[in-house]
Amino acid sequence: MSSSIDIRQTFFQECEELLEALDDGLNALAAASEDGSVDSETVNAVFRAVHSIKGGAAAFGLESLVRFAHQFETALDAMRSGKLVATPDIVRVFLRSADYLADLIASARDEVPPTSSAGPDLMERLAQLVPSNGARMPAQPAPATPAPTTVSDADDLGFQPLALAFDFAPEPASPAGFTIRFAATKQLYGNGNDPVHMFRALAELGALESLADSSALPPLDQMDWATPYLTWELVLQTSESQHSVHEIFEFVDGLCSLEIRELQADAEPDRDQMIAEAADFSTPTPTVTDRPPAEPAASGPARAASGKSAAQSAGQKGSVRVDLELVDRLINIVGELVINQAVLAQCVQDAGIGAQSDVGAGLDEFRNLARELQENVMAIRAQSVKPLFQRMARIVREASDIAGKTVDFVTEGDAVEVDKTVIERLVDPLTHIIRNAVDHGLESAAARQTAGKPAAGRICLSAAHRSGRVLIEVSDDGAGINRPKVRQIAIDKGLIAADAVLTDSEIDKLLFLPGFSTAPKVTDLSGRGVGMDVVRSAIQSLGGRVNISSTPGKGTTMSISLPLTLAVLDGMVVDVAGQTMVVPITAIIETLRPAASDIHPVAGAGKVVAVREKFVPIIDLAETFGHRPTSPDYSNMVLLLVESGQNERWALAVDRIHDQRQVVIKGLESNYGHVPGVAAATILGDGKIALIIDPDETAQRKRPQAAFAPALMTEEV
Amino acid sequence: MSAAAELSKADDRELVSFRVGGQDFCVDIMSVREIRGWTPATVLPHAPSYILGVINLRGAVVPIVDLAARMGLEPIRPDARHVIVICVVDNQTVGFLVDAVSDILSVKRSLIQPTPAVSSDVTRAFFEGVIAIDQRMLRLIDIEAVLPPIAARQERA
Repeated sequence: MSSSIDIRQTFFQECEELLEALDDGLNALAAASEDGSVDSETVNAVFRAVHSIKGGAAAFGLESLVRFAHQFETALDAMRSGKLVATPDIVRVFLRSADYLADLIASARDEVPPTSSAGPDLMERLAQLVPSNGARMPAQPAPATPAPTTVSDADDLGFQPLALAFDFAPEPASPAGFTIRFAATKQLYGNGNDPVHMFRALAELGALESLADSSALPPLDQMDWATPYLTWELVLQTSESQHSVHEIFEFVDGLCSLEIRELQADAEPDRDQMIAEAADFSTPTPTVTDRPPAEPAASGPARAASGKSAAQSAGQKGSVRVDLELVDRLINIVGELVINQAVLAQCVQDAGIGAQSDVGAGLDEFRNLARELQENVMAIRAQSVKPLFQRMARIVREASDIAGKTVDFVTEGDAVEVDKTVIERLVDPLTHIIRNAVDHGLESAAARQTAGKPAAGRICLSAAHRSGRVLIEVSDDGAGINRPKVRQIAIDKGLIAADAVLTDSEIDKLLFLPGFSTAPKVTDLSGRGVGMDVVRSAIQSLGGRVNISSTPGKGTTMSISLPLTLAVLDGMVVDVAGQTMVVPITAIIETLRPAASDIHPVAGAGKVVAVREKFVPIIDLAETFGHRPTSPDYSNMVLLLVESGQNERWALAVDRIHDQRQVVIKGLESNYGHVPGVAAATILGDGKIALIIDPDETAQRKRPQAAFAPALMTEEV
Repeated sequence: MSAAAELSKADDRELVSFRVGGQDFCVDIMSVREIRGWTPATVLPHAPSYILGVINLRGAVVPIVDLAARMGLEPIRPDARHVIVICVVDNQTVGFLVDAVSDILSVKRSLIQPTPAVSSDVTRAFFEGVIAIDQRMLRLIDIEAVLPPIAARQERA
């Protein structure tokens, strides 16, 4: 029983990949449909994705999914065969169908009813797309299939992806039969399929002749029992359609190499001749090569026959599915290894063995290997942001539909890789930001035209690496933040004093205050009681920062800066009253050793240090963490100048800087709980634990809580 | 007779006993993970006084509770002779600093008496009961009650 659950799970995992491929394909199609350069391979890819989902869904009896996927597939098939031309409108229906398909899959997986009710409407629209009896859509131009270009492509690849279009469109008459070339892969037998059942099913369609090709059989002593060596040539005399023949092989789709060719009623070609033709792909014979793309169909005749296993291994996708927990455990162990190496190095050094000795050299090598291992293990967790961006594309589609705005959504830096956890936890805040951009950021089409902008708004989502962090930006070309309005709302809600003097960026940051919403009415999109403050705290919990900048009339940009991984950070190791602590380097702008004359007391409320004419409050870490009372003299201490996302600065006073190094982050929460001002712990080279300081939180705690409005004002992000 | 004996045998509890501040305590052996010597702990800011800090237990960050201070006794001044009893309860790993581990014993459940009424209810809540052995009194600790309160509760403390 559990294995069927496993398979089910695998199916849904595959669905995710297929949906991604589907989205990719449809986006390419959308772009191509604009200028009419639709490439048949794209259509095929989209069709294959839907088809595979349907096939899997059928195996699990997911009826509504199958029904919808079938309708979708039928429409795509029409396009594949050239009966339907991809126009932007049609592609839009496809995109929505893909969204709905994703909904259906999610609902099947979680065993809940689908959330969207778009199904019947989409079914209808898809059905309308399919021309009946091969009649072309009247408004469409003749399907000028880009045959010439594709043929030359195909020649390069020795592969004929367009064949179906030739085959289907001009020859709708029912054929007299088919010749089928069938070669199973190892996996086909591995899954418990047996060709004989399929052949029997074929035989039910009409008279079947079969011929097994055993030429690839090696001598008995060299035979691998698990490798299939036989291929079959089948000749089926039938009046059934090609579709029904395909259906028989539906369950082994992707597990075999399958060629189905129509048999001409009058002239049945010589069988040997036919085999040669089937194998020789450089001549544009009208073959139907369904899937899979990596099957030997692409290779020469000799390989197809004898190099079965080689072709098969080439066809395997170069990835494995691994339990995330297993990866995390691996990362933990590697972290231990790195620490252990440091401890060992320390011991060797303490024992007075020089670095030049064999032991020292060996340890160096060990360190390099451990580091390399760590980096590679970390890379396992890294994932491209592409699926996240695709998901956001969908949010834009939905949001713009509801808001009645046309939106051009552009993404950049899809390939940027970030830790999987970061990506997962970015979904909600990013969704919110994108919805906000569509709902509040972009003006209505009329307002845009008045302002001399194109009617369609533009939202750009980009990702890029910036000095060891990942920068994700959402920018729109809308009206920008309406600062007088934001200010007025903040005053009305009692968030700031009526006479407060605020800079533009301070006003922008008011959006992050809890309970702030500029929408005059609660819309379907944003304003669900979740404010930007939630977005901010979600990003903060990832060790990230969010910033907002806006130019009136030009648009708004939200930038999120995130750490690459949640497992390690670069830290400055410092001494605080005899305790070793770590300050994240990303927070530190500069370190300074102040002159006594630069330090000024502010009444009895603390001290500030003058840094290039600016006064920065000093936070004595030893005092903050209760290690000792306030130091009377900061001039013999080191100050670390830190900056929050809000451009606020503090100087953290520490006794000494030890070192700067990469540390493995260890949570305190599981065994103890949150310690105010402390982000996490780490283990140093001597095996001791050092606490990692959270500079923002430390500063927060130091801030006087008295004045309500100012306290909120200066709250940093 | 023999059946009853067998039943009571299955009803035995294995306990680890140790001394803290001149008194005998014990915990259920099932919650004890290991016993190790004292290593200096990293001080945790804003922690209750009975939390000595955290130590590195093969890569895990484990808080150390001074059991004497937790029980309202004179805090231990830890040195190399002191012992840390590492316990796991509900996936939370905690080390208890004690003076010395004495014994592992098997005690019939029926011999565990309810904790006598002492003045402090708080202290009483720390114990499951007491056991009389060789004219000594073993105080059976309810580890969950002694654990440092996690996160939110700790803020108030």
